[in-house]
Amino acid sequence: MSEFAVEMHNVTKVFGDVVAVDHVTMGIRQNEFFAMLGPSGCGKTTSLRLIAGFERPTTGEIFIDGKPVGNTPPFQRDVNTVFQSYALFPHMTVEQNVGFGLEMKGTPHAELKRRVMQALELVRLPHLATRYPHQMSGGQQQRVALARALVNRPKVLLLDEPLGALDAKLRKEMQLELKTLQREIGITFVFVTHDQEEALSMSDRIAVFSRGKVLQIGTPLEIYERPNCRFVADFIGETNFIEGTVSEVRNGFAVLQSNGRTFVGRAGENVQPGIPAVLSVRPEKVQLVEQPATSVNSYDVRVMSVAYVGSDTRVVVRLGEQDIDVWEQNSVSTLDPNYFFAPGETAWLTFPPENALILTD
Amino acid sequence: MMQLFRRHPQLQAAALMFPGAFWLIAFFLIPLAIMGVISFMSRDALGDPAPPYTLNNYLDIFRDVRFNPSISLDGGFTVRLIEGLYVDLFWRSLWLSLISTVITLLIAFPVALFMARLPRRYRNLALFAVMIPFWTNFLVRTYALQFMLRGNGPINTLLRALGLAPIELLFTPTAVMLGLVYGNLPFMILPLYTSLEKFDWTMIEAAQDLGANAWQAFRRVMLPLVSPGVVAGSILTFVPAVGSYVTVDLMGGGRTNMIGYSIAQQFSTIANWPFGSAMALLMMIVVTVAAVLYFRSSRGEQRTIV
Ligand SMILES: Nc1ncnc2c1ncn2[C@@H]1O[C@H](COP(=O)(O)OP(=O)(O)OP(=O)(O)O)[C@@H](O)[C@H]1O
Ligand SMILES: [Mg+2]
Repeated sequence: MSEFAVEMHNVTKVFGDVVAVDHVTMGIRQNEFFAMLGPSGCGKTTSLRLIAGFERPTTGEIFIDGKPVGNTPPFQRDVNTVFQSYALFPHMTVEQNVGFGLEMKGTPHAELKRRVMQALELVRLPHLATRYPHQMSGGQQQRVALARALVNRPKVLLLDEPLGALDAKLRKEMQLELKTLQREIGITFVFVTHDQEEALSMSDRIAVFSRGKVLQIGTPLEIYERPNCRFVADFIGETNFIEGTVSEVRNGFAVLQSNGRTFVGRAGENVQPGIPAVLSVRPEKVQLVEQPATSVNSYDVRVMSVAYVGSDTRVVVRLGEQDIDVWEQNSVSTLDPNYFFAPGETAWLTFPPENALILTD
Repeated sequence: MMQLFRRHPQLQAAALMFPGAFWLIAFFLIPLAIMGVISFMSRDALGDPAPPYTLNNYLDIFRDVRFNPSISLDGGFTVRLIEGLYVDLFWRSLWLSLISTVITLLIAFPVALFMARLPRRYRNLALFAVMIPFWTNFLVRTYALQFMLRGNGPINTLLRALGLAPIELLFTPTAVMLGLVYGNLPFMILPLYTSLEKFDWTMIEAAQDLGANAWQAFRRVMLPLVSPGVVAGSILTFVPAVGSYVTVDLMGGGRTNMIGYSIAQQFSTIANWPFGSAMALLMMIVVTVAAVLYFRSSRGEQRTIV
């Protein structure tokens, strides 16, 4: 068995004059929950369709379980897809939908019946076996689509925004269910989403896409704490950007000059003295104090607004020409009405260099 | 008036239905009833329908029936159990119509599929092209087709130019079949196209993803989902084919008889209205039963079991 369930080697897919997938190289490990994350139109669906075999790469090669797939048609690939629209067959009952794949493989009737019921139990729908798709809710249809794919015991399950059509609450439930299911049955899930929170909470690793390119592949922690470029830092979670020019790089740290102020942060990939760059610091990693303890990354700011949002308090301050978000987690001590600065007051903004990242633009 | 309607919605429905209902009653049900009555009449000295009432017209259709199982290749492959002048005629008409419907379906399906897959802006153009023949009178088009098939028509001229022997096409069952298929093609294409255009192609991808090859995806997913179009097209093709007159007359030249043509003769040259009426009513019943059976079986198509 290959280390990778799916590999894409320098794969490009061109539609007319649109480059949907642009020289993508990535390896999806066996039994991994792998997310493809990116804004609309960045090539996630196309990548999935290339793996499933609905599209052929313009150039490059795809491997499934170590073997090049070449022109293998979809019905001979050991992968199954959960479509964004579910694509359940409207003229078949739930049972018939789920049994379709096994029937195509010529599975004996008794075994087919047994495995269909097993799959339906896995998604907790055995009582709806004789219903038609139009007689079920969106969440139920979603689970039928899942059962229909899983019953075939594929090496890899491809899911294209499978939770996109569900409301927020059901979505949260299904996220948990999917994750549990994946751990239980131990197969590779390739999960497409444009919801970064979903990707962070569910995945073992994430590939961040932008305009057909994979910008970064890493664990949720790596992606969030060590984004390798401005786009990834911006797309994943909230962050403050301070633009400037790099003046010095030493021991993994870089110094950024911005409008006469000097900032220090960890140096990101390809950061060199003299280049334009941007400092990224997450709102929860910035503090507001009355007197700065150090002189690094400390500047006086004007408090613009203070908003209590339950779990934290969100403060917007003005640093020179630009606004900076500062989030502080609420606790018993922060409940004192005088704890936070009031709008209009002056405060000192500060953050330790290891909490900031200096990235190429 | 409007207030009356608002208070009694059924009245409004009735008012809306009135013109259509009136039309159907006046020009369909009443003539049908008259024909029903005539079919039970005898003929007077002048040959006009007149009492006494009798079942003879119906019995005459079956009078010469003998049990005689046979298989013949005349006018296409035919299997029959019983034989008799009119029974043969019925059987042959149904058989020819069935074959012509199947051929029409086989030709129309790829065309409709092609049209449905065209980029949206070309689809209306294609629809327009399918409907262009309707601008010319059917009779004129059939004469044109007759010209094509003639001994010295374009087809045989081409064959001769290629050094091949000319073939006798006109006034054969093949010519009738050709005429039927030609005339009915648009009526098959249009409902098929309507179904195929609405077809969700991710269904095919889902089927293939689950291991179905192209044929299985077509047979198990596409066909059941577009079957309303297939049924509508087949009925629109089959029913007129059974009763066709112009095509049988011009393409068959009286040598390939079908029931519609025979009925027409009863009303014109032979002037036996009661017998013609009996044949017409029997044909209507047979065709209705055939259509209903077909409709039922295709409903079953959508509910195949695992
Ligand atoms: N069949 C096609 N023909 C032409 N262009 C296409 C085709 N499929 C995709 N594209 C283009 O390729 C690009 C990537 O599309 P893709 O569907 O992969 O995006 P996506 O990341 O899945 O977006 P979304 O989140 O909106 O689903 C888009 O610009 C899209 O317009
Ligand atoms: Mg997509």
